[in-house]
Amino acid sequence: MDWQGQKLAEQLMQILLLAFAVVAFATGYFMASFQMMIITYFGGVALTTLVTGPNWPFYNRHPLKWLDPSEVEKHPKPQPSASSTSKKKPVKK
Amino acid sequence: MHSFGYRANALLTFAITLLALMCAMASLSDNLNSPSPSAHVQVLNINWFQKQPNGNDEVSMTMNISADLQSLFTWNTKQVFVFLAAEYETPKNSLNQISLWDGIIPSKEHAKFWIHTSNKYRFIDQGRNLRGKEFNLTMHWHVMPKTGKMSADKIVMPGYRLPEEYR
Repeated sequence: MDWQGQKLAEQLMQILLLAFAVVAFATGYFMASFQMMIITYFGGVALTTLVTGPNWPFYNRHPLKWLDPSEVEKHPKPQPSASSTSKKKPVKK
Repeated sequence: MHSFGYRANALLTFAITLLALMCAMASLSDNLNSPSPSAHVQVLNINWFQKQPNGNDEVSMTMNISADLQSLFTWNTKQVFVFLAAEYETPKNSLNQISLWDGIIPSKEHAKFWIHTSNKYRFIDQGRNLRGKEFNLTMHWHVMPKTGKMSADKIVMPGYRLPEEYR
């Protein structure tokens, strides 16, 4: 799951649960059945788990673009033997 | 940090929080209901009325109890406990309450009832005060909701009188 996917999963979870809570309460109230509210709500929770739990492909549509390994060779790590000033500044070549 | 376990945990926590909120709202919605219960009791017969060997008065009587408690039931009501009490005043105690009959009403369909019964529990005074005593019959009920606070109320039916002599 990429960063965008994490954000989407979190928002989907909150919105879906809230929507199901409202729907379940309304269903229970107008059908005058507490049991109906519980059934509707737990159905909604199960569905939300199914949608936001597993790592579905649509959460991975913005993969991180890592730098090419060849870039590392262009910017080598500063050596421990180098002076203290060179530690603070990135090495320029 | 964003594994299946963390997502499941966040989901469950939020779901339970919302459930608690829904239950609170269900409990609050009971306030929208304004019940109008009715009760009526007819004392048909004093079966016997005697002084016990230890000096306390005891009465047995047959009653017709009818009540309509359907309006107490809302979608958040689990059951209603109802009891009929004889209430009277004596020189020693300003309020004597004696439960004569009780019952549990499990649903709205059973809340309109009619019962012909003698007193289920013994009607015994703490003393010899019952002859010619005027008393109230009070229908008490306790509403037990599915979520939220229990509530209780009553209907007082005055104007009953016991006989002047033992029989």
